[in-house]
Amino acid sequence: MTEALLTEETPVSSSDNVILSIVDLKKVFIAKLGFFASLRRSPNRIRAVDGVSFEIRRGEIFGLAGESGCGKTTVARTALRLVEPTSGQIIFKGKDVTHVSRNEEARLRPKMQIVFQDPYESINSRFSVFDVVAEGIRINKGLLDVRSDAQISDMVEKAMNVVQLIPPSQFMPRFPHELSGGQRQRVAIARALILQPELIIMDEPVSMLDVSIRAEVLNVMIKLSQEFGISILFITHDLALAKHVTDRLAIMYLGKIVEMGQSAELIDNPLHPYAQALIAAIPVPDPDGRKVKVFAGGEVPSAISIPPGCRFHTRCPYVKELCKTAEPELRLISGEHYVACHYYEEASAAYKNSRYSSN
Amino acid sequence: MQEISQGKISKMPLLEVKDLQMYFSTKEGPVHAVDSISFSLEKGEVIGLAGESGSGKTSIAITLLGLLPANGKIIGGNVLVENKDITKLSEAELSKEIRWKRISLVSQGAMNSLNPVFRVGDQIKESILAHESMDKSRAEDIVKHLLVEVGIPVDRYNSFPHELSGGMKQRSIIAMALALDPEIVIADEPTTALDVIVQAQILVLLRNLQKSKNMAMILITHDLSLVAEMCNKVAIIYAGQIVEYGPASRIFHNPKHPYTIGLIKAFPNIEGKRTRLLSISGSPPDLIHPPQGCRFAPRCPYATAKCTSEMPLLESAEPNHDARCWYASEMHL
Repeated sequence: MTEALLTEETPVSSSDNVILSIVDLKKVFIAKLGFFASLRRSPNRIRAVDGVSFEIRRGEIFGLAGESGCGKTTVARTALRLVEPTSGQIIFKGKDVTHVSRNEEARLRPKMQIVFQDPYESINSRFSVFDVVAEGIRINKGLLDVRSDAQISDMVEKAMNVVQLIPPSQFMPRFPHELSGGQRQRVAIARALILQPELIIMDEPVSMLDVSIRAEVLNVMIKLSQEFGISILFITHDLALAKHVTDRLAIMYLGKIVEMGQSAELIDNPLHPYAQALIAAIPVPDPDGRKVKVFAGGEVPSAISIPPGCRFHTRCPYVKELCKTAEPELRLISGEHYVACHYYEEASAAYKNSRYSSN
Repeated sequence: MQEISQGKISKMPLLEVKDLQMYFSTKEGPVHAVDSISFSLEKGEVIGLAGESGSGKTSIAITLLGLLPANGKIIGGNVLVENKDITKLSEAELSKEIRWKRISLVSQGAMNSLNPVFRVGDQIKESILAHESMDKSRAEDIVKHLLVEVGIPVDRYNSFPHELSGGMKQRSIIAMALALDPEIVIADEPTTALDVIVQAQILVLLRNLQKSKNMAMILITHDLSLVAEMCNKVAIIYAGQIVEYGPASRIFHNPKHPYTIGLIKAFPNIEGKRTRLLSISGSPPDLIHPPQGCRFAPRCPYATAKCTSEMPLLESAEPNHDARCWYASEMHL
């Protein structure tokens, strides 16, 4: 099933177990030029997402990770059709929704919700908590078959219970400025939840929060997937976090997935040199534990001029001639573990050896 | 020179902060931003000041450097640099004798404070010439040497800030902080704005420089893993106070304050087995009207009546390891 997804002409996935399939998704942004620059040259094409395919299964938390500018947020926004894809397919519950009409889109929207990074900006500060959470029902009244105000407050109360804003009656009349960041983010989740979505995209939902309160948001997210069967696309730059809260994980570099697999397996046994470099660069909260290592020099090149061949070859410690010309495909190595590297075996062996040696 | 002086000063800490108190005055009343902070630092030692947003960790840094805004005032305590109290110095003396020469700062987002219209090398040169009188060509040589030391190709001397990547800018800020060979570097969230791999490059650079120059360093961060990575010694800051203080390995393996324990359980370890992360309920107190007893009591799962009425002192929980908790001896991970 997953294998089929990764070939060029991908059939629409028929499995009931899959909620969302992204097939060879591409998004090119055209950088605007000033008047004079436009006389001299054609505008830059930014290949933000450059052929990404993956599936999200029912009830799973799928992590999409990478550094800033890798295209992870663009993938999420394109999946929600907040951004029009340049090419590729978005398949939601077996149906191609890449180019649906406005009407159909309105019908679809409640099923796919998003929680943004900054709860200080994503929530209208003039609305009470009740109004923030109820807003979606009011907008979608026709679709949801909601008739009375009593019904609405009943739904709001249920959603608030799920996100642990307890007792709901105490939180409903409050305004966002009376809430902590963690509480705000849970209000944002309740607002998404009330439309009974089947997929929620969470774009760095805890990166603005202090560490001590992150888990209150993360544990709500885990509950949504485990108890309510809601699928979650979790966008993050934090691989340590991804290891603990996601089921499967894909790592992106410059618009492409370079490695994908079960989260714990991928993090403990990374095959792609970029994934290895990322993981080795993360410090561990143990003074007697391993120290960070630098496996990749330099910084991420611009998405305007993506290197030919393997896009990581300019920074890769194992680079060979082939890497400079031939782009490796994402292929299945074992179980559910995919990697896009010509020489992953060598990289993997070297990584395991060096991990336990000192700097 | 180092070897000669080392013997003499070994008994006296390089930096000793004693009972430091700094309040910000606001319309609503004084904000108790730094409250009875005490710690010491030896030559070559790295201490981590770890705390969450609003805990006062950055306020400690600006207090040490005398960079307080107009409404910030030192209420009490001392900052001794080799036994000389620098809180008593005038602005002119601080700027001439202490800042950059003895204590320098790599601050959060400093890379965005480079002047966009001057060449990076010249900016570093100016910071040297502002403090020491020497001829320009000699200063330029020092800058070139520094650039190499922090991993910037020498030909970048003539680059403008916008021509450098984020990592390169942060390296040039580090070069500037090291320009006058300070004994203490305060690094306030030195890698926060950077991507993971560049963060690791900067951490390794900082560690190598710290070791090779045997500098003392104060690392201020919200990130426990950075503390574990870099520091020998840790002070955990909560609501303007140190709640736990000791060697890094003891703090991480045998924490004695419930806040530290909560933080450790909230922090994901990439090397660890998948676990359920825990949160600390509630939020930090208002520092204009801090709680009467222990400042952590409103969020503490173990708080008793005593905790809400009497403030515990930072006291020894085991040798070299202090905690500000009435029940420190009963606390464990």
